[in-house]
Amino acid sequence: MSNQALPRPRFSAPEPERGPQAARKVEARTAPLLQGKVSEGPDAFFGWVMRLCGLAVVALLGLIVYQLIVGSELSWHAFGWKFFWQSDWNPVEDQYGALPFVFGTIVSSLLALVIAVPLSLGVAVFTTEMCPINLRGILSFTTELLAAIPSVVYGLWAIFVLVPLLREYVQPFLATTLGWTGLFSGPPYGIGMLAAGVILAIMIIPIISSIAREVLTVVPQHQREAVLALGATRWEMIRMGVLRNARAGIVGAIILGLGRALGETMAVTMVIGNRPEIAKSLFAPGYTMASVLANEFTEATGDLYLSALIEIGLALFFVTIVVNALARLLVWSVTRGQPARSLA
Amino acid sequence: MTGVAILTVVLVLLPLFAIFAYLLYKGIGSINLAFLTQTPKPVGEPGGGMANAIVGSMVILAIASVLGVPFGIGAGIFLSEYGRNRYGDIVRFVSDVLNGVPSIVIGIVAYGLVVMRQKHFSALAGGVALAIMMVPTIARTTEQMLLLVPQAIREAAYGLGVSRWRTTLSITLRTATSGVITGVMLAFARVAGETAPLLFTAFGNQFWNWKTDQPTAALSLQIFTYAISPFDEWHRQAWAGALVLIILIVGAVAAVRIAVRHGTLAGA
Repeated sequence: MSNQALPRPRFSAPEPERGPQAARKVEARTAPLLQGKVSEGPDAFFGWVMRLCGLAVVALLGLIVYQLIVGSELSWHAFGWKFFWQSDWNPVEDQYGALPFVFGTIVSSLLALVIAVPLSLGVAVFTTEMCPINLRGILSFTTELLAAIPSVVYGLWAIFVLVPLLREYVQPFLATTLGWTGLFSGPPYGIGMLAAGVILAIMIIPIISSIAREVLTVVPQHQREAVLALGATRWEMIRMGVLRNARAGIVGAIILGLGRALGETMAVTMVIGNRPEIAKSLFAPGYTMASVLANEFTEATGDLYLSALIEIGLALFFVTIVVNALARLLVWSVTRGQPARSLA
Repeated sequence: MTGVAILTVVLVLLPLFAIFAYLLYKGIGSINLAFLTQTPKPVGEPGGGMANAIVGSMVILAIASVLGVPFGIGAGIFLSEYGRNRYGDIVRFVSDVLNGVPSIVIGIVAYGLVVMRQKHFSALAGGVALAIMMVPTIARTTEQMLLLVPQAIREAAYGLGVSRWRTTLSITLRTATSGVITGVMLAFARVAGETAPLLFTAFGNQFWNWKTDQPTAALSLQIFTYAISPFDEWHRQAWAGALVLIILIVGAVAAVRIAVRHGTLAGA
C-alpha cells in the first residue's frame, strides 16, 4: 500500500461478510441507530436488571463452590488428600476415607457407559440415517419420555423387576460362562454393582442418543453424498462419512452421559447395596459418592462426619463440572460448524 | 448392519415399555380414593394414602417456581438481548455446566443456605434447592426461544418509537410466550420428580403440614421411603405414588406440547 503514489480509488462495494461474527458486527453497528438514546432511564434500568439476572447464574455457581468449600474445611484439615486414598469409613471412631465411594462411582459409571454407548449410538444412527421420517418423531418423543421419568421411579422398577431378573437369570448365566474372569463371581444377590450399572445405562441412553443425534444431523448432507458417490455402501457411508466427521461431538455426548451417571443418586442408592467395600466381583454390593450422601447426610451426628460428607459432595461437584465442561466444548465444536477434526 | 441398528432400538425401547407397563399394572390396582385423600397410616395398618405428600410436592414446586422462574427468564432475556458477546458466552457456559451439577450436591447447598440458618428442615429449603436447578434450564430455553423471534419484529417496534425495554417485554417476549412456557414446563417436569435434593431439605413428613418452615412431605420422597421398606403394603403404595407422579409430569409435558403446536410460535 505504502509504495503506491496515490491510493487507488475503489469502485467495487466491499465484499459482504458472512457468518455469526459478521452478524454480530452488523448488529453492533445498527443497534444504536435503531434504539435512539440507549441510556434513557427505564431502558438502562431494565438492561441492568436483566444483566443482574445473568450475573445471578454465575453467582449461583460461586455460591455452590463457596458453600461446599466452607462446609468441608474441617474434614480437609483433618485428612487432606489422604481422604481419597483411605478405605476406612468409620463414623464411630471419626475416621473417614472416601476410597470405596470413589471406586463405586467410577466402576458403576464405567459399567453403565460400556452398556449404554453401543446401544445409544445404534439408536442415533438409526434415527438419523435409516429411519423413515414419520417414525423419527415418534422415536425421539419416546426417548424424551425416557428422560422424563424421575430417577426414583427407575429405582422402584429396578428393585422389583430388574434385580429379581438379574438374580434369577442373568447372574447365574454370567457366573457359569464368564465366572473365570473373577468379575462375575460370588453369590448372586441381584442387588449390587451390576444392577447399578444396568439401571444407570438405561437412564443415560436417552441423553447420549439424543445429543449424538443432534451431532449427526449437523454433518452436512453433501458429505454423505460424496462418500456414496465414491461407491461406498450405506454402512461404509455412515462409518466414514458421518461417524468420523462427528467424532468429537459423539465423544462429547458420551462424556455428557458419563457426567450424568457420576452424579445419579436415587436409582443407584436403591439397588447398589450400600456397603462401603472394594470388591473385584461386579455381583458384590458397593457404594457410590452420591448414595453415601443420600443415606448418611441426615444422620451425620458429628461436625467432622458432616464435613467429610460435604467433602465428598465437593469432590463429586468438581468431577462433574470438569466432565461436563469438557463435553460441552466437544459438542459445541461440532454443532457450531467448526471442523470436527481439529479437536478429535 | 441395518439389523444391528434396529436391534439396538428394540433393546433401548424394551425397558421403557417394561417400566410403563409394570407401572400401570402395579399402580392402577393400588390407586383408590383413600390413597388420594388420606395421610400415611402407621406400619401394619392397611390403607392410608399420600394426600399430604401430593400437596407437599405442589407446595415445594410452587415455591421453587416463584423463586426460580423470574430469574431464569431474566437470565434468558439477558442472554438473547444483551448477551451476544463474551459476557453472554460466559453465562451460557456456566448455565450449561450448572445443568450438569448432580442434584444431591444442590441439596447440600440448600442445606447450608436455609436449613443451617433455620435450624430445621423445611418446604422453603426444598423449594430453594429445586429453584437453583430450574434457573439454568429456563435461562437456556428462554434464550433459544427469544432468538427465534425475527429481528425485523424488534426493529418494527423500535421504528414506532417503542423503547427497548418495552419492546423486549411486550413484543419479543410476547411473541415467544409459548416457547418460553415450554422451557419453564420442561424445567418444572425435570425437578418435579427430583428426590435427592429434597432428602435433607424438605425431609418428608407423615402428617399434614401447612407451614413452609416445617418439614414437608413430598411424593418422590415418600416413594423412596416406601420402596426401600420391607412392607408389602408400602410397596403397593410406592407404585401408586410413582404412577401419580408420572401422570402429573407426563401430563404437564403433553399439555405443553399441545399448547406449543397451537401456539403463536408455530406461525412465527
